[in-house]
Amino acid sequence: MEFDDRTPIYVQIMDLIKQRIAAGELKAGAQLPSVRDLAQQVVVNPNTVQKAYLELEREGYVATQRGTGTFVCGDAGSVGELRRRLARETVRTCVIQLRSLGYTADEMASMLTAATREEE
Amino acid sequence: MSMIVQANDLTKRYITTTALSDVTLEVPEGRIVGLLGPNGSGKTTLMKILAALLSPTSGTVFIDGLIPGVATRALVSFLPDVNHLDRWMTIGEAGDFYADFYRDFDRTRFQELLSIMELSARQKIGSLSRGMAEKARLSLVFGRRARLYVLDEPFGGLDPLARSQVLEALVANFRADCSMILSTQMVADVERFFDDVVFLDRGCVVLAGAAEDLRTQRGTSIEGVYKEVYGHVEAR
Repeated sequence: MEFDDRTPIYVQIMDLIKQRIAAGELKAGAQLPSVRDLAQQVVVNPNTVQKAYLELEREGYVATQRGTGTFVCGDAGSVGELRRRLARETVRTCVIQLRSLGYTADEMASMLTAATREEE
Repeated sequence: MSMIVQANDLTKRYITTTALSDVTLEVPEGRIVGLLGPNGSGKTTLMKILAALLSPTSGTVFIDGLIPGVATRALVSFLPDVNHLDRWMTIGEAGDFYADFYRDFDRTRFQELLSIMELSARQKIGSLSRGMAEKARLSLVFGRRARLYVLDEPFGGLDPLARSQVLEALVANFRADCSMILSTQMVADVERFFDDVVFLDRGCVVLAGAAEDLRTQRGTSIEGVYKEVYGHVEAR
């Protein structure tokens, strides 16, 4: 996994997991890899992964059961909400960048349609 | 949480130079600390003091509550920045040597590390390339179940592939009941392993803190912070 070292790494790990939850790859009740396994997979300090898990738990995305592991919380409503939020954030950064390049709203809309077609 | 390293006002003077002045450093259990700074900033001197190979001119240091000496050498696994193995030995013999010397040396682990590093116990130290010798030394150092790992430039002679093997070994071996202090010039490659970073300049601590806090506060990577800290120093 490529990290952007300018933002805290635990935040990036949180985003990665949120994205998987929003995309439905990690379903309610699914078990997250252990801290050590994920640290080895993405090659970061285990304490950083631990911190990401703790924060995800605080935000209510996952729950840790002592001795068994960390699981995705079962709440379809919040998954939909998360999905919408991530989409809004992605669109916003995209719009900001395009605006700085001088594109108008209409141009952006047609570019989005064109890009979607190319992807398909 | 217990403190593995507690150093207060450490000063080390040589006849003509001061290598460290008033360095205070605390390392709690379970942390990986990056010791950063240009050549000659005092990193090696500090690490040698922690490894009980040098004694400070003034100030105090405790490793797991003990004054550095024979007892702390049993707790600290030190990787010096120069080769410390006899050339005539095979890697396996070097392992035997470590097992004789250190009670916490774990042969099974050592074998596992050698396989991660793609080395064989039968290879002679003298026949190894610089990078391979470095990996062999790291396998010995990580083969110990130490309280504190002190690694002086563990990535010095390594190519990018070997570097990632070593990082893999480092993550695989890190336990919650030990700590690690490592110095490196490869800040960008290693920074995501640091819990804390300490910047040294001409023997003084110029900046220290949690790596993630520094990223948040300064909006840049640790490498970026490094450039800010030492770019500023050079301009002075």
